[in-house]
Amino acid sequence: MLPIAAVLLAVVFLVSILALLVLIWSISSGQFSMGPGNSSVIFHRDEAGKVEDPASTHRKRDQLQQLLVGSSRYTTPQPPPEEDDPNSRRQSDESTARATRYLLGSACFWLVLGSFFGLAASLKFNFPDWLNQDYEFTFGVFRSLHLNLVIYGWVSMAGMGVCLWLIPRLLKTTLGSDRFALMGGHLWNAGLVLGSLGLFAGKSDGIEWLEFPWKTDLLFAFGGALIGLPILSAIKRRKVKHLYVSVWYIGAAFVWFPFLFIVANLPIYDGVQHAIVNWWYAHNVLGLWITPFGLAAAYYFIPKVIGKPIHSYQLSLLGFWALALFYSQVGLHHLIGGPVPTWLVSLSIVSSVMMIVPVVAVAINHHKTMWGHFAALRLSPTLLFVVSGAIMYTLVSLQGSLQSLRAVNTVTHFTHATVAHAHLGVYGFASFVLFGSIYFIFPRLSGRNWISQRLISLHYALSLIGILLYGGVFFYGGVIQGMQMQDASVPFSQIVADTKPYLWVRTVAGALMTLGHLVFVGHIWWVWYAPKSKRSFVPIAKEEVAR
Amino acid sequence: MRRTIGFIVAAIGILAYATLLLVGVPSLQLDDLELPVEHPSNDEQVNRGREIYIQSGCIYCHTQQPRDVNFGPDQERNWGRFSIPADYVGDRPHLLGTMRTGPDLHNIAARQPSEDWHLIHLYQPRAVLPNSVMPSYQYLFTHVNEVPLGSKEVNVPKNWLPEGAKVIATQEALDLVAYLKSLDHTYSVEQDSSQMP
Repeated sequence: MLPIAAVLLAVVFLVSILALLVLIWSISSGQFSMGPGNSSVIFHRDEAGKVEDPASTHRKRDQLQQLLVGSSRYTTPQPPPEEDDPNSRRQSDESTARATRYLLGSACFWLVLGSFFGLAASLKFNFPDWLNQDYEFTFGVFRSLHLNLVIYGWVSMAGMGVCLWLIPRLLKTTLGSDRFALMGGHLWNAGLVLGSLGLFAGKSDGIEWLEFPWKTDLLFAFGGALIGLPILSAIKRRKVKHLYVSVWYIGAAFVWFPFLFIVANLPIYDGVQHAIVNWWYAHNVLGLWITPFGLAAAYYFIPKVIGKPIHSYQLSLLGFWALALFYSQVGLHHLIGGPVPTWLVSLSIVSSVMMIVPVVAVAINHHKTMWGHFAALRLSPTLLFVVSGAIMYTLVSLQGSLQSLRAVNTVTHFTHATVAHAHLGVYGFASFVLFGSIYFIFPRLSGRNWISQRLISLHYALSLIGILLYGGVFFYGGVIQGMQMQDASVPFSQIVADTKPYLWVRTVAGALMTLGHLVFVGHIWWVWYAPKSKRSFVPIAKEEVAR
Repeated sequence: MRRTIGFIVAAIGILAYATLLLVGVPSLQLDDLELPVEHPSNDEQVNRGREIYIQSGCIYCHTQQPRDVNFGPDQERNWGRFSIPADYVGDRPHLLGTMRTGPDLHNIAARQPSEDWHLIHLYQPRAVLPNSVMPSYQYLFTHVNEVPLGSKEVNVPKNWLPEGAKVIATQEALDLVAYLKSLDHTYSVEQDSSQMP
């Protein structure tokens, strides 16, 4: 055993030194000195210094413009030199409209369904004798359906939809054909339907985050690749000289996902090795698939809405590579204290702590860009959701780094605190950013405005109170649970009894979030099917779409 | 960064490096493990019960990995010695779990050898553990008026039963209990094996 560890240490050490040298080289040779000019690549010629939020009303947009342009901190960005056709953005949007609509529509469906399964699973802790006569309604089925439907149905499809829509905008080109993307969407949906039926039939693979039967997993691998193809081809046909940081995240995510998904599904692991692969995958799907979508969207929408480039562009590129390097190695902190090689756990703890680097880089960028403009949040629904998500990203990531430390981990491990942490990440960060993005995108997709600003505010309030209860109160309950578990004088049955009030808090939080989703999806439904007079009460002019 | 190909290669390269470290090397290190001779061997019924354990989602609330005394008082709670990689050789899927809404089950057979207790507990956890939040797995049982010959009656306390009904265990319930009764890893191991480098 020892020689392996020694060789490994040497390899890790050498790679780290090499990475440091590459970093020094790239800084000294000017790879990073691209200047803030490159970050205004997201603006078209007449967009510079103009606010944009289709989710807002005309009056609020005017106020937003006044607020931001009147501000002394505000500087007009210089559009990059390659700017050409003023119509290109309209063409970009049109080229993705059909596929994006399909992906986002599907995502909304799975969001509602997945929320109900989550709520039902939570209720089963409050009423453990509820629905206990048929296998299809047992906790094991509901719990695995909730996880898989919200991760692969909601977050993945919404993330792919938002990114597919962003790509032509960021590259000032069109998608070409949307056939592949649509086909990919169909395969992905087929995977979700067949996977869910498999779970109902008791065919779970039994691995957390990969419960769907492995045969249906093939559909995700192919579907994802089909959606990724037009994105990669659009990158090839780009009309911009510089790839904006969002493109990096999106492009990399579509390269990473198949790799992760295939390696994790290989039928060659057993025992502890299987557990290692399980958590390597589960954490990477968060870090290298869902996080890139959230960050790509936040990096686009925050500067786009306020019409001002992000604070420090170089930092964002450093943040990208640091995320790739460190996030890919954090997963094993889920097995601290378990029967796994010690060096492996140590490696993951070190990487988890090093995650502070990319997180702080992203935090400086997002929050410094917003600094002094927080009044804008009440004027722009998109900004409100996306900035809340970005703040949650900073918090949950630092929390994650802390939780990986052995002293903290011995308490939070095996408790509800871990569950609460996961929800803060996937819901508080990723879902909030995606909600904000959809509020921005939908009017552009459909040419119709949101009917009610109040419904948007209601959705925000329900989701926010829900996640604060979940990530705050329920997390606290998990910490109490963990401290009791560390104390052998507290009988286990007492610990279970003491978690009951917190399990109720979770149910209430879940109910609020589910209600929020009904408001959100119901609003979309209403806009889509309302008579023309109603839905276009503040019409979006054709020219505005063209801008 | 202007070169797309270079970018993709770098992105894959980083993940491949992480995979080598986190998946590849541990595979090599854990490859030559053998199941300890004292480890109970799984018969057909135990394997079927294991499938029921997976289907029912038991891993969402139960771990099978007692920790060393340095990490928590698992041994004081009578959950058994720390587990070692050799305990799990051949397990696919692995059932280590990450959550202790309920107690660790790595040595449940040693702690609770009674088949009747397990059957009652599965039918109605609160009949034996009043504080339990575990769902009652009644789909694994059948309600009858008369117990047919050759079937296993479960002696659930009357107040947990519908009026006049009797409960018999299905084959699935018996399989699951057989699996639970196979979970005994109390055989001794060398202290050194916990210190895997």
